[in-house]
Amino acid sequence: MDEKTLIAKRVALELKDGDLVNLGIGLPTLVATFVPGDADIFFQSENGIVGMLALPEEGLEAEDLTDAGGGPIGALPGAATFDSAMSFGLIRGGHLDVTVLGGLQVDQQGRLANWMVPGRMVPGMGGAMDLVSGAKRVIVAMTHTVKGKPKIVQHCSLPLTSTRPVSLIVTDLAVIEPTADGLLLKELAPGITVTAVRQATEAELIIPEYVPEMPIL
Amino acid sequence: MRKTIKVAEAVARMPDGVRLMIGGFMGVGTPPRLVDEVVRQGRKDLTIIANDTARPGVGIGKLIDAKLVRKVITSHIGTNPETQRQMLAGEIEVELVPQGTLAECIRAGGYGLGGVLTPTGAGTLVEDNKQTLEIDGRTFLLEKPLKADFAFIYAKQADYIGNLAYALTARNFNPLMAMAAEIVMAEAENIVPVGVIPPDAVMTPAVLVNHLITKEKRNG
Repeated sequence: MDEKTLIAKRVALELKDGDLVNLGIGLPTLVATFVPGDADIFFQSENGIVGMLALPEEGLEAEDLTDAGGGPIGALPGAATFDSAMSFGLIRGGHLDVTVLGGLQVDQQGRLANWMVPGRMVPGMGGAMDLVSGAKRVIVAMTHTVKGKPKIVQHCSLPLTSTRPVSLIVTDLAVIEPTADGLLLKELAPGITVTAVRQATEAELIIPEYVPEMPIL
Repeated sequence: MRKTIKVAEAVARMPDGVRLMIGGFMGVGTPPRLVDEVVRQGRKDLTIIANDTARPGVGIGKLIDAKLVRKVITSHIGTNPETQRQMLAGEIEVELVPQGTLAECIRAGGYGLGGVLTPTGAGTLVEDNKQTLEIDGRTFLLEKPLKADFAFIYAKQADYIGNLAYALTARNFNPLMAMAAEIVMAEAENIVPVGVIPPDAVMTPAVLVNHLITKEKRNG
């Protein structure tokens, strides 16, 4: 299993029956693939739909039914569409149960940076700042390091997306929960040791006596 | 009052240098003929307010390609390398606004409000030079309303007097912008007789639409 599949499978276990969920572009989009078929989960796309689905079949594209990247999608029976003010009302108003976002850095307090690299890459925040400020649970799905450099750091060198700490960080090495006392190591990826996670993490970790393995199938 | 107008005539009424809101999300819900006509007539020095600049060759991306835009107020330019190139080269000014804040500022502009208080962006770069307020222990940013001289709106259906209905995710910023501009120009995929869109299905009432773009006669 490659690292992205592992992360997506672990994040999928966080989604519960009845949840309204927004998945970010890239790795987070993969999560939808691993949600159990019998779970009643509504996916929101911030361009204005609740109940999006993958396009069921090539040749059924509708120009007016797209995801936030502009690509064609399908929709569940019971889907609803609306304007951008309502879409972000759902996000900011606390109606969204979970958002899954990619990350560039997360700091010691669990605060996320994921919207720009000054002078180099300035895509804009899109909906990310609203999602991190407003969703009930914010899950960061990202690789633990980039080119060998830790992404979970003491202080973010990149601009923060929100001052609100995220709820959970899922990486290819571990599951980490930001708590009032610090970053708590909750689970290890299969075959990964506590020492390996420590070495790949710049921020301080709280390490319990026993750290279970990720329950991945 | 007759609202119907040819696309060339409509765009001819818009001077250079205006503030222009354009509906759409990655080109979906962006009026294609109005955008093409702006390019054809070379209307320039525009300040565009829109969710994104789509991609090169698509929707608002065509205005960027043609270098008609002086400034863009938007939430995302990551999908358009040409916007990023012009920004880094100092040819275009880009003001980035969180997407939900952009929607609400446009709504505030159209609904006559003095601004929006949002938690989004508090404590980040977005807070720079903005007033903050503590309300029940939480910090909010005061974001000011956005208005424009013109708005380009794209609907699935318009009736002869300009009532509009949008389709699925092509709705996005369109109904908000139709409230927030001095002159509203609407283009529709289909124009139907009055009454075909039932009152409950009208999403933008005709009173907001100044010009309804007529269809081009098609050959064959």
